[in-house]
Amino acid sequence: MNMNYTAEELAFRDEVRAFLDEKLPADIAAKVKGFRKMTKEDHQRWQKILVDQGWYASHWPEEYGGVKWTPVQKHIWDEESCAYGAPRTVPFGVNMVAPVIIKFGTEEQKQYYLPKILSGEHWWCQGYSEPGAGSDLASLKTRAVRDGDHYIVNGQKTWTTLGQHANMIFCLVRTNTEVKNQEGISFLLIDMNTPGISVRPIITLDGEHEVNEVFFQDVKVPVENLVGEEDKGWTYAKYLLTYERTGLAGIGMSKAALTHLKELASRRLKNGKPLLEDPTFGQRIAKVEIDLMAATISNLRIIAAVEGGGVPGAESSMLKVKGTEIRQAINDLARRAIGPYALPFIEEEMSLDYEGEFLSDENAAPLSAQYFNNRKLSIFGGSNEIQKNIVSKMILGL
Amino acid sequence: MDFTLSEEQQMLQDTVARLVRGEYSFEKRLEFSETELGFSEDFWKQLGELGLTAVPFPEELGGFGGGGVEIQSVMTELGRGLCLEPYMQSVVFGGGILSQAGNDAQKEKYLEGVASGELKVAAALQEPQAFYNQNEVETRAEKSGDGYTLSGRKAVVIGGHCADVFIVSARTSGDVRDADGISLFAIDANAEGVERRSYPTIDGAKGCDVFLDNVKVGADALLGEEGKAADVIEYQTGRAIAALCAEAVGCMEEANELTLEYLKQRKQFGVPIGKFQVLQHRMVDMMSELEQARSMAILAASYADAEQNDERRRTLAAAKSVINRAGHFISESGIQMHGGIGMTWEYSFAHYAKRLVMIGHQLGDDDFHLERYASLLEAS
Repeated sequence: MNMNYTAEELAFRDEVRAFLDEKLPADIAAKVKGFRKMTKEDHQRWQKILVDQGWYASHWPEEYGGVKWTPVQKHIWDEESCAYGAPRTVPFGVNMVAPVIIKFGTEEQKQYYLPKILSGEHWWCQGYSEPGAGSDLASLKTRAVRDGDHYIVNGQKTWTTLGQHANMIFCLVRTNTEVKNQEGISFLLIDMNTPGISVRPIITLDGEHEVNEVFFQDVKVPVENLVGEEDKGWTYAKYLLTYERTGLAGIGMSKAALTHLKELASRRLKNGKPLLEDPTFGQRIAKVEIDLMAATISNLRIIAAVEGGGVPGAESSMLKVKGTEIRQAINDLARRAIGPYALPFIEEEMSLDYEGEFLSDENAAPLSAQYFNNRKLSIFGGSNEIQKNIVSKMILGL
Repeated sequence: MDFTLSEEQQMLQDTVARLVRGEYSFEKRLEFSETELGFSEDFWKQLGELGLTAVPFPEELGGFGGGGVEIQSVMTELGRGLCLEPYMQSVVFGGGILSQAGNDAQKEKYLEGVASGELKVAAALQEPQAFYNQNEVETRAEKSGDGYTLSGRKAVVIGGHCADVFIVSARTSGDVRDADGISLFAIDANAEGVERRSYPTIDGAKGCDVFLDNVKVGADALLGEEGKAADVIEYQTGRAIAALCAEAVGCMEEANELTLEYLKQRKQFGVPIGKFQVLQHRMVDMMSELEQARSMAILAASYADAEQNDERRRTLAAAKSVINRAGHFISESGIQMHGGIGMTWEYSFAHYAKRLVMIGHQLGDDDFHLERYASLLEAS
């Protein structure tokens, strides 16, 4: 049993910190730490810095621009970059479609798509969920019919995160209606500028435009945009989902959010004393901090197992449930910490350019919106109910 | 023991229910929320014309001296419609303070307008750093001439953006958290030195912070005895809490109905998702929480106008504590069971969820009321 980092890992951590000290733009970090809105340009600026450093596609094979970090190194990067306020990488290109292309794509597809993900020329979004296919993803109905050297795609995708910025979408489509749901699905790469595609915003309860509906009407997609074999898309989709899930525990994000909460609770007062020193509120914070401590070690145990050659399986589902519950609990406390000021919804105070006086705390304005927005954490990437079904089936054999 | 409403009370509730159903569709509510006023002027007028804004006032003001149960009947239906009008703020809370603490001249001056809805009053009692403790008052009222000069700041006054009159608490003596030494003043919202910073709230309503900079008022602005307002504030806050509890129950009823309907019609894996046991149990928990909340709202209503004592204090603290927790649970569970749809602006559920969580931030959160209850625990 040794829970300490090795000398090499400590050296790596120093290297990461030095990089973040030097290269992370202060305005972007301020936005992330204060839950401010990120623009497309912010994401792209940070991506360029990471690509130049060679750390953007850290888990890709070296021949395509990866660096082969160990699972522990990835963990160190996650913790440190979150603590510094680095933005979370928009995952759809580099972390989601890329691993599928690398594992199942043709050499031509790798040569064509991977460099464009690195350069930022392609901004990907995910075409999985449909109005009728959420938790039951395999029941999806978007149809792709082969017509010569094209597929003709008709249907609708929904909850497409940041689809308004994207110029590429990877889609699960139905190519065979004669077989079981899972067996008639294919994985298609589609240019968003193809005629017949339209994007409609979905506004969420916090007034945000983050997700979209994407409509396909007689959209012509060249057959070379099929990944792997026709009708085998479900296998690739599942491969991608395990990738998605490991990141969803969000331990690093929770740590950063907890720091933010404690700073906030040190500034806000109750009975003339900092809220952090109030026994009732202090216990609420203590409880979530303890939960996070346990989840951090659980996360490290999975990482150590993977480093030893194991495969992250259903354990990542367990961690997704715990991790998202913890993040939601921290958001809940941040909202509570500002008392009645949870009510005012002052959008201009959420902008970094705001020069007026803050109504209460400088970080108060986005907190209620953030709390409501992050109810999504237990819904997306496979709802927490679905994750529990996976654990129940795969680990417990029930 | 009889938990049914009297015929008159039922008629009152049906009247409000009909009005809300007719005038307050979800789509219209979104439109009202977007206006500068932040609610429907027309609906507010109708509440006045139908005598609903007069409910708690005596006959000569057009009312019938309605108590907690009558207010509960009105507020539950306003809650079901997510109505944005400042009924609780002006009629229940503001009107209540004026009725209890005002002298004849002050009642004469204000109450007719409050009861008809023509005058909107907002109680501006909490302060930025007070964290729900309404006895924490830094705003000062200094004697000057035969009147007072007020300076300070009041926080998150819902409905304050459109108020004609503010009822402001200010310290005339004592230390910042002393119950003794707090006085109440009725001040013209447009008086010199009164500034408001208005804003929308996340649940679709509007409010403001009130900044008082050497506001000069006459001795006739003082409500009740100088320095002795803490009891009035506590008592009337209790009535306002009972009203909020009723509103919350209306919201929860609607939120639960929407969720149950969704469980029945949304199909995944070839069956309605309501067939899955994990969702069934959660829906049952939502129903149980609503029933607990309903019980406490009824209890709160029956104590709202009772004589002040520790039993009343405990009951109202208990009610708000249960309501806050139930609202929070129903809000989060309902969103989770709806999935993404429950988080969309276009769908009414999301707005019930927001209102329920925000009720928990008005007049004390669950910690505040739990601590208050604990401080009043009986030894046996």
